[in-house]
Amino acid sequence: MTDQEATIRGNDGTNWFYSEEVKDHFFNPRNFLHHDEKFESNAMGKVGSPACGDEMIIWLKINKDEDKIIDCRWQTFGCGSAIASTSVLSEMVKENGGMKIDTALSLKPQEITDRLGGLPIRKIHCSVLGDKALQEALNDWFRKTGQYDRIITAGKKVIDKVLNITDRDIEEAILEGARTLEDVQDKLKVGIGDPEAIPQIEDLIKFYTEKYYG
Amino acid sequence: MNNFPEKPKEKRGIYMDHAATTYIEPDIKKAMDLYFSDLFANPAGLYGLAQEINGVLNDSRRSIAKILGALSDNIIFTGSGTSSDNLAIFGTAYQHQEIGKHIITTKIEHKAVLEPCRRLEAQGFEITYLDVNEYGQIDIKKLKQAIRPDTILVSIMYANNEIGTVEPIAEIGKEILKIRKENNSNFPYFHTDACQATGSLDLNVEKLHVDLMTINGSKMYGPKGIGVLYKRRGLVIQPMVLGGGQEMGLNSGTENIPNIVGIAKALELAQANKTVENKRLIELRDYFWQEVKNKISNVRLNGSELGDESIRLPNNLNISILGIEGESALLYLDSYGIACSTGSACNSKSLEASHVHVACGLKHEEAHGSLRFTLGHRNTKEDIDYVMKYLPGIVEKLREISPIKI
Ligand code: FES
Repeated sequence: MTDQEATIRGNDGTNWFYSEEVKDHFFNPRNFLHHDEKFESNAMGKVGSPACGDEMIIWLKINKDEDKIIDCRWQTFGCGSAIASTSVLSEMVKENGGMKIDTALSLKPQEITDRLGGLPIRKIHCSVLGDKALQEALNDWFRKTGQYDRIITAGKKVIDKVLNITDRDIEEAILEGARTLEDVQDKLKVGIGDPEAIPQIEDLIKFYTEKYYG
Repeated sequence: MNNFPEKPKEKRGIYMDHAATTYIEPDIKKAMDLYFSDLFANPAGLYGLAQEINGVLNDSRRSIAKILGALSDNIIFTGSGTSSDNLAIFGTAYQHQEIGKHIITTKIEHKAVLEPCRRLEAQGFEITYLDVNEYGQIDIKKLKQAIRPDTILVSIMYANNEIGTVEPIAEIGKEILKIRKENNSNFPYFHTDACQATGSLDLNVEKLHVDLMTINGSKMYGPKGIGVLYKRRGLVIQPMVLGGGQEMGLNSGTENIPNIVGIAKALELAQANKTVENKRLIELRDYFWQEVKNKISNVRLNGSELGDESIRLPNNLNISILGIEGESALLYLDSYGIACSTGSACNSKSLEASHVHVACGLKHEEAHGSLRFTLGHRNTKEDIDYVMKYLPGIVEKLREISPIKI
């Protein structure tokens, strides 16, 4: 099965493809929502990964007065690192009596991967998925409580007018492993019909590479 | 249920990934052992030891030729199945590009065929990738329509590595022969990648009507790092590796005698035992599928129907378990000591689902939950019972963690 074949172990002589922490969270997932469990949440965020088609939901219990997340649950359809990422994220959110919303808002995907002892490059996007689900859940909370000014939407901006490619598409390409303009062009054919877009695309590549792998 | 099935006290090592590679059987290893340090000479030499090795080389060639119904000088040893595929495709393309630059293959070939085709495409060749139906079978009518005066090569795999579908090679060969006769032409050549078929299907080149055929050692309990390209006599291809002119000038480099002895022995044993072993594997595999169907809900079989080895490899079970993702299932199975593989997007470098599943029209979620078990010599009914003791619990748990409810 070539590429699709079991790449669960590294090819570089290291034993496991995943760190001990990833394994621990994967084999003993914390805080996921059991199917017969009643969890009273007041916010929910759901995201899907356009890259591989996986899905994640995070439910939050938020204390309004303290502006703090005090409990959470999750469900994930995806690979080992996606499951481990949501599991570790739920732990981070719950520990020390909960997480201030402002802290949650400033959480970076990198903090999730750091806690997991790193992820293979092509699995970084799975941890980003967790971060995005949390963001969505918080937006849900802001909407419900009328705090519209706190809602953060990753607005899409069209970069390549000819092919209608947005900054989000470029972000996804970076998460899928593209690093150079050639890689991105290969994946998206971006900037080929619209050469004027190239400088802007190069800026975005720098920005997202820095953001996720810097 | 709150927990994954309890781990067994003693973890069994259950290998169900024989399509990836096999262990070397002791008899085969024993046959090879002699040629590492004792009988090691370069067969090109003129002294006694070299001549002895040359004799061994010729014996191996003859033994393989006999099984294929071919002549000794039709057998070219290469470095792997991949090398054989590359030699067949590039060798034909570069030699005959004056005649035409069109090649026909299928969407479900191994990368060892697809990647050379892509390279040729970039160099100005035109490649037709034939569609397959939901079982992975090509349509011979469509193939015939695709053949043009400038078609120099048709390359269609004998059996697919992922879903085990067997293509009607003999029938295709006959049609191509007919077309060549009608057009009074030597083209197109017909190549088949038989890497997955070597251990279990008939390899007689006269019955298959193939001009070029790839076989390799590492899927039939022989060594890795060795392949064979059968090339019909009189057919001209260009070598890719130049040097001392070994292998009728088509693959220079000192012959890897231990591996050559190994692949010859492996082929001999596999072909001699195939009737009995195929029957055993079909029974095991069909039992496995029954068990899966009985114990796990929402599963589907990928590839051709079971039971008949003329349409599906005896050892291949490829299933989709809806609502789970293959890589996570694989990791869990591994933690119980079970080795298999998946066509899930999450497990590929490109984050795309297996091209074979896509070509068969599997829905995204079906490819996502695909698992491939390929059985072999060492597998028994107990192994399947062991897998079935844990697989349903793992599936149940992964489905519980998942937000996608089926
Ligand atoms: S969820 Fe698909 S690769 Fe991680």
